Amino acid sequence: MSKLYSGAEIVFKCMEDQNVDHIFGYPGGAVLPIYDELQNFKSIKHVLVRHEQGAGHAAEGYARSSGKPGVILVTSGPGATNVVTALTDAYMDSIPLVCISGQVPTHLIGTDAFQECDTTGITRPCTKHNWLVKDINDLANTIHKAFEVATTGRPGPVLVDIPKDIQFQKTKYKKPKKENKLNGKSHNHFNQNSIDKLIELMSKSSKPIFYTGGGVINSGPKASELLRELVYATGFPITSTLQGLGSFPGDDNQFLGMLGMHGTYEANNAMHDCDLMINIGARFDDRITGKIDEFSPKSKKVHIDIDPSSINKNVKVDLAIVGDVKTVLSSTLKSLKQKKSKFLNSNKQKTSKWWEKIQKWRSIRSLDYIGSEETIKPQYAIERLYELTKDKDSYITTEVGQHQMWAAQHYKFNKPNRWMTSGGLGTMGYGLPAAVGVQVAHPKKLVIDIAGEASVLMTIQEMSTAVQYNLPIKIFILNNQYMGMVRQWQELLHDKNYSESYTAALPDFVKLAEAYNCVGIRAKTPEELDDKIIEMLNTDRPVIFDCMVDKVENCFPMIPSGKPHNQMILGPKDQESKKITGKGKSLV
Amino acid sequence: MPNSKSAYSFSNKKEKFDTHIIVVWVDNEAGVLARVVGLFSGRGYNIESLAVAQVDEKLNLSRITIVTTGTPQVVNQIKLQLRKLVPVHKVADFKREDKAVIFKEMALFKIVGPNNKLEGALKACKKYNPVILDKTKKSNVIQITALRREIDKMSKDLKKFGLVSVSRTGAVAMTRGADIFK
Repeated sequence: MSKLYSGAEIVFKCMEDQNVDHIFGYPGGAVLPIYDELQNFKSIKHVLVRHEQGAGHAAEGYARSSGKPGVILVTSGPGATNVVTALTDAYMDSIPLVCISGQVPTHLIGTDAFQECDTTGITRPCTKHNWLVKDINDLANTIHKAFEVATTGRPGPVLVDIPKDIQFQKTKYKKPKKENKLNGKSHNHFNQNSIDKLIELMSKSSKPIFYTGGGVINSGPKASELLRELVYATGFPITSTLQGLGSFPGDDNQFLGMLGMHGTYEANNAMHDCDLMINIGARFDDRITGKIDEFSPKSKKVHIDIDPSSINKNVKVDLAIVGDVKTVLSSTLKSLKQKKSKFLNSNKQKTSKWWEKIQKWRSIRSLDYIGSEETIKPQYAIERLYELTKDKDSYITTEVGQHQMWAAQHYKFNKPNRWMTSGGLGTMGYGLPAAVGVQVAHPKKLVIDIAGEASVLMTIQEMSTAVQYNLPIKIFILNNQYMGMVRQWQELLHDKNYSESYTAALPDFVKLAEAYNCVGIRAKTPEELDDKIIEMLNTDRPVIFDCMVDKVENCFPMIPSGKPHNQMILGPKDQESKKITGKGKSLV
Repeated sequence: MPNSKSAYSFSNKKEKFDTHIIVVWVDNEAGVLARVVGLFSGRGYNIESLAVAQVDEKLNLSRITIVTTGTPQVVNQIKLQLRKLVPVHKVADFKREDKAVIFKEMALFKIVGPNNKLEGALKACKKYNPVILDKTKKSNVIQITALRREIDKMSKDLKKFGLVSVSRTGAVAMTRGADIFK
């Protein structure tokens, strides 16, 4: 007879078989049997967070930077409700997470027991799927299935709720079954015909553009390689969403920068005027499209996505290719080589006028800003941070707001999985715990959270986690004392009525760092900025960097709400026309 | 909406709504109805009526029939979103005008009144296969099967005959002929 294992042991046996090496969690009454077993499974390391939301975001950072699912372990009731924000965040940005939550014993379910809540009910709309395990014999299969659902197709979060009595009961352990199909749902639904159509559209186009998104990153590093190959083979311009940054080199000449509400002038105008738009793993989000009925009016649109429900959801497309980006790109490249081996040469002529137009838009230099010698401009801070870290293969996380957009605009990414930001849900407080997770996955790498002072205070307690596990994350705060993006919208749309967007009693971040037993550094002038950044980079401990920046700087360029791509506001210079161009003219 | 002072743009486009009958085959497991219904409410889709019951004990399958309205784009989204749910096996979509599909709803009417009124009520129901399920000197419970709008009409017409209570199911659907939906 084979050995009997308790439910708690089975949880870890499953994790071993799913190659889990780190879990992020917080103990509590309903998961104590699982925590009791932790010491017997040496290959699985537990990272104790300070709040369950932190566990969720740390698991997201871990997943996005490593390509493996992030695993969370929390208790019932408040443990589960605290992780809801992170699950929703992962659902919006398609990040694979497996959350194990404790539940009150089965006989107490429905009695309003201590720390009971309807966890599967609460998390149903923010997970791909969830399970309440009421029979010990279902436990192993359910957990294996959970990993499969989280990581296949369009990835996303799942949750397995395990009542305490199930954790104690014993049964035989079942290994994962080798099964790749989900309820008969396979993920590639395209045929050679649609690839041929795509190539035909590509060869006819004189104003093409690639519009790529997080789907390329989610499809794995190979997808980014294939994308580069395809973009170089065609000579087409390429733009990327916030989530897609890094799948194509940010400093390449064919890259037009990020598109969308705070995207570059050239990317948005090219999207508006193109005759062929090839969307690869992006979802026509409202921050990207602007006014939907004036979105790229003259183009044929191709949409490559693994999720059939993304097709024609916001924008009607002419050719849909449902499949994994990697598979679709490799078929496309193969056909392109066979049928149009001289594509690049034959195409150069055709797209030369288009490139001229793009160069004209580029010459506007929409990311330029007005420099200063007295105060640190936030864009300047990011530029310097980039210049001083670009050779280090660094990992960047962000919070949400102006600093996030400036980071996306001014930090250039060359590799996938290096940029972790909350795009869909826009969760303030994401970046610090995400950085914890990234550093756990990549202990030797440089991990920086580009933060705002308001966002970072939402999950600042996770500094304590970073210190406990010697995770030398760098929290680079662009401190303008305002919720900058809120302030910006209030300035532009609500007659400068800065209602509740100023934080009147901020902590002293240097002292705060010291209180957490990490290192605090403050930079007040542009002159000292470089030295301070270098000091931060040379510190092998967690650092909170308080970068005091211009308080009223706005994030430009931008597409105002209700406007199409070709009606961007370029910046204060747009109104005042006191254009000072040239990167840091007054500074460098 | 005047000049939108918002981080979002507003649409003032009005599109035509069609009525569709969506049939979903699901694993009969705890919470599956909540998943389907939650998807509708969470994404702002309409549910006009709903009928659900287990149809295959051995395979543990339930069949959910939902009558909904929406633009073609919305109806397409409903189908695609439903297919993403893990316990969903297949999804069928029929237009209400579709002649190849039978739609039926059942209603129970309780009529209270003198004999002539009870008879009048029964007569009025004649077209819809009326069955008397319960009969006393003062009352009748009549069952009819019909289309939604026919039952709507009967619920109004029977008032004058002493209708005191109506109970009705959601629509169920089945294709005509020998073929089944795959």
